[in-house]
Formats: sequence, structure tokens, C-alpha cells
Amino acid sequence: MKRKPLLSQLFWAVVPVAAALFFIALILLAAGANPWQAFREITLGALESPQKWADVATAWVPLALVGAGMSLTFAAGLWNIGAEGQIILGAIFATWVVRSVDLPQVPVIALIILAGMVGGALWGLLTGLLRVYARVHEIFAGLGLNFIATALIIWLIFNPWKPARGATMSGTEPFPEVTWIPRLGSSRLVPLAMVLTVVALLVAFFLLRGTRFGLELRAIGKNARAAFIQGIPTARHMLVAFVLCGAMAGLAGALQATAVYHRLIPRISGGYGYAGMLVVILAAYRPEWVPAVALFFAAIGVGSPRLELNLQLDASLGGVLEGMVVLFVLLAAGLRNRLSHKP
Amino acid sequence: MDPFIINTLASIFANAAPIVFASVGETLTEKSGVVNLSLDGTILLTAMAAFAFALNTGSVAGGFLVAALIGAAIALIVAVANIELGLEQVAVGFVLTMLTADLSSFLGNPYVNQAGPYLTQQPIPLLSQIPILGPVLFQQNLAVYASYVVIVAAWWWMSKTQPGLQMRGVGERPEAAFARGVNVNAVRYLYTLLGGALVGIAGATYSLVVKLGWSHNHTAGNGWIALAIVIFGGWDPWKVASGAYLFGLLKALGSVLQRNPAFVNVPTQIFSTAPFALMILFLALTSSGVTDRFLDLFQPATRRRLERLLRGRAPAALGRPFRRG
Repeated sequence: MKRKPLLSQLFWAVVPVAAALFFIALILLAAGANPWQAFREITLGALESPQKWADVATAWVPLALVGAGMSLTFAAGLWNIGAEGQIILGAIFATWVVRSVDLPQVPVIALIILAGMVGGALWGLLTGLLRVYARVHEIFAGLGLNFIATALIIWLIFNPWKPARGATMSGTEPFPEVTWIPRLGSSRLVPLAMVLTVVALLVAFFLLRGTRFGLELRAIGKNARAAFIQGIPTARHMLVAFVLCGAMAGLAGALQATAVYHRLIPRISGGYGYAGMLVVILAAYRPEWVPAVALFFAAIGVGSPRLELNLQLDASLGGVLEGMVVLFVLLAAGLRNRLSHKP
Repeated sequence: MDPFIINTLASIFANAAPIVFASVGETLTEKSGVVNLSLDGTILLTAMAAFAFALNTGSVAGGFLVAALIGAAIALIVAVANIELGLEQVAVGFVLTMLTADLSSFLGNPYVNQAGPYLTQQPIPLLSQIPILGPVLFQQNLAVYASYVVIVAAWWWMSKTQPGLQMRGVGERPEAAFARGVNVNAVRYLYTLLGGALVGIAGATYSLVVKLGWSHNHTAGNGWIALAIVIFGGWDPWKVASGAYLFGLLKALGSVLQRNPAFVNVPTQIFSTAPFALMILFLALTSSGVTDRFLDLFQPATRRRLERLLRGRAPAALGRPFRRG
């Protein structure tokens, strides 16, 4: 391993992905499908036209935003599984601005973005308060709040915010056009969303690598008790991490509502909170690797609905593929570590 | 007694059966020092597999067996990742949750909303004739009876037998257990697989007993509830089971209230999310400082007894891989 580090790196990167694809192929055969055809449909579904590239970029935004936020909570050793609910609250707050404010385009969009971040941050803060002061593990606090957020959004869509022609699962009435975040020409690409995502990634990176706060956050993640004894305000830092992650997830929710769907729909979060967690795990909890991993996940997410159209297979295969890759990458990392520590 | 009340009580014991299997199984796993976080996905996948197997072969018992094997196989991945590879259990468990949930959707697609076989009622002779208790507890099916047995067996095994003591030692102080000649990792494999098999049986109990058949996300959320109940029950089989029945009782109360005309204006979402709000509330009560202040109101002796009742301590070595030397 010492002689050929590059080759060994390559080996340990290729093997888990190959193993994941192999098992997916077995699953496809078990379901009576042609694996080669299925992989081909996913790839084509993600890459065949500029329109699809734009869709991949659109799906990349929430994944990368959640990934950026979670790299902060993970640095402090926190499992912020509540990002899904934080996305939903961001979308709800943004919709509330859309419905109650009558302003020209620029100020209204600024308000929408701000409201989305506040909504997500508050929901994140709630998880953090439960974790820090009521000592409820953040996995249970976050999950519980996800279910509550889901119920809240459905209630809003079916009661106070229902369209004039009656409530359906297709959501509220479309937002007035002045509140839509502008697209690039005739494509579905939203430049502002991309820019904000890059900013969030940079913020997460520099907070973690270049600031005292980031250093202390990582100290908490390594050993919270030791950090506390060293005089690091662990409770406050954890809450700040939850708030920052919540704000980024909330921003994703606001963008889903006002840049992608132009309305509030029940499934506005689209599972991006959970998928985002897989992204960060696969990125080894490092913000600098989040963009590439998020792109991979976005491509699978955009490509797999074609399985339903052309092969009558359920699109959830995309999720199976993502989970399988993450699982084998984790297992391979553990195996590699184990082998290199053998005497 | 009013047959409506009898029926409601009986339904509580039936509906809580899968939660009992899953939370007692997870208790065994965690007592040995391993966390299997994959419950929510494992229950989904095993519920789907049990139903699909029973539908294709006509064998309900086979469905339970397949579910137990799949549950154990997923637990084996958790065990290998932790014991052999030293990976973080929460990470592996979370990935497996997502993976198995999606897998259940993908493979279960052909079985959505199909009618299929299920486990039929088998009243126990004599016992089912006891007034009130009989119809509530003993006019059920085999899976529900098995859930009672699992509670008693887990308690007896953990607190009254030598291997049970060994298992608790492995979860508390693996180094000490090792020094006394216990094969720590073999014990952990055993209880992780056993716990996983029980989680699989929980899945089969959903699709073949409690919520018949299969649909996308058929049982979503229940695995997390079961995990929370393990903490709420303080890793004690009786208290964990009580937690499962309390959860069943609250759910039954919710559906009774929902049908009451006085509550017609209450949004249904309140009832559907109440379990999760209660989950957070109960976890907060079991662990927060408020409970400490409440306990401080009592004399030391009473306080100790109350604290043992209200709050359990996690196994000291929970989630920590064991390495020799």
C-alpha cells in the first residue's frame, strides 16, 4: 500500500461502487428486470438533454444546501435528521410571505429567502433546545419534528391555504409571478439558487476550516465533555450549529417553493433532508466533497423516474442505489482501516 | 362489561404486538452493547417480504420465518460493521434504514393493495373463558400470544439466567467480561441477530396481523417509535413492554376521540402526529432535569425507588466496539 498510494486509492474508490452496482443488478434480476437496461435508463434520464442537465442542477441545490448545513452539525457530532422538517418550515415561511406581502420583485424575493431561512432556523433551534436542555437525542427530536412539520404543511394546504376550487394533494394555488425567483432564459435553471448554494457551501467550509468557532465545533464533535472542560461553550455552539443548518435547509425549502414548484405542495421537501444526510455521510462529513456527491445523488434522483415510464419499475430503485453505494463505501472504509492497522 | 370496551382493550394488545417484538428485540441487542438503528426500514422490508412470501406460497408461517431471517441478516450487517470494522453504528444503521425502506418500495411494488393470507384468530381453550381477561388477552392469534411470551422470556433470560447475566456484563463492562473468559464479540453477534430476527417478526406481524397487506411506506414511523420506547422503558423488558402498551392505549384513545362528535373540528393531523409529539415529550420526561427536580421532592429511599421506576440507564458500553488489548 505504501508503494502505490494512487493505485490503492483508486482500488478503494472503485471496489465499493462496483460492489453496490453488482448487488443492484442482483436485485433487478430478482425483480425480473434487465440490469443493463435499468442502468442505461437512469443514465439517459439524467443526462440525455440540456433540459435534464438543468433538472439535475435544480435537484443539486437542496441536496448541496442540506449537505453544507449538515457538515456543521456533524462537525459537532450531531445527527440533525430533522433537516427534512427544517426544509418544510422554510417553505411554509416563504409561502406565508408570498401570501401576505405585496411588494415589487426584488424586495419580495429578498424577504422570501430571509423568511425561509428563519423558518428552518427556528425548527432547527427547537431540535437543538430539546437536545441541549431536555436531553432528548437529536435523532428522536428531529424525527418527531419531521412528522409534525409534515402534518402542519398538509393541514395548511387543506385548510387555511386551500385553493378556491378545493384542496388537493397538488398543493396551493400557484404563487403570483412577481414572487417567482427568475429562471435563466427559457430553461428551468435558477441562477440565484445556484449562487446562494455556492455561498452556503463556502460559508460552511470557511467556518469549519478557518474560524475558531469551527475548530471548537470539531472539538465538541471529538469529545463534548473534554471540550466543555476546556471552557468551550458546548451548549451554545451546538445550538448555533442547529440554527445554521436549519437556516440552510430552510433556504432549500423556500427555493423549492418559489423557484421550482411556484406553489406549496405537500411533498415540498421531497426527501431531500434524508438524502442530504446520505450525501454528507458519503462525503465523509466534509463540506468540500459535498458538491460532487450531491451532483451524483441529483443525477440519480432525476434519472430514476424514467424506470417507471419505460420499464414499469418503481423509481425507488434510485434510493436503493444511493443507499447501497453509501453502505459499501462505509464498509470499504472500515475494511481498509482494519487492514492497514494489522501488524 | 361493555363489548365495545372489551374490543378496544383487545385491539390494544393486538396492535401493540409488533411494537413489543421490535422494542424487546432491540432491548436485547442494546443490552449486549450494540445499537441497531435500522428498525424503521427493517420493519418495512420484512413486512413486505412476509406478505409477498405468504401471498406466493400460501404459507403464513413461512412469511414469519422469512421475515425473521431477513431481520437477522440486516442485523448481521450492523454487527459486522461494528464488531469487525469498528464503524459508527448510527451511520451504518441510518444508511440501512434508508436502503431497506427504498428496497421495500421497489420490491414491494407488485404487491401494493393486494388481498392476501393473514394469521387467523385462535382462542386459547379455558383461558379465553375467563371473564374480561379472556376476551381481552386470549381470544387473539398466535403472534399476539408470542408477543406475551417474548416479554416474559426476555425478562427471565436477562435477570434470572447465567447467559443473561453474561450478556448484560458484555453491554456494561466488556473488558471485565472478557477477563472472566466471555467471548464478548460472539455474545454481541448472538443478541444482535436475535434482536434483528424479532424486529423481522415485528414486520411480519404488521403485514399478516395488524395492518394487513402491503402499501408503500406501510409501517413508516413505527420503527422509530419502537427505538424510542426502548429508551423510555429504560432497557427493561417489562417497562419496555409497558411503553408499547401505553403507546397502543394512546393510539386507541386517539381513534375513539376522533370518532366523537365533539372532536369533529379537530384536524385529523393532530391525531396522526400525536404519537410523535408524545414520543418527544416522554423522552424529555425520562431524561430531563425537570424529572430530577420532581424526584428531589421525595425522601432518599423513596427517591431511589422512584428513580429506578422512572428512568433507566443505558448500558455503559452501548455503541462502543470492543477490541482486545
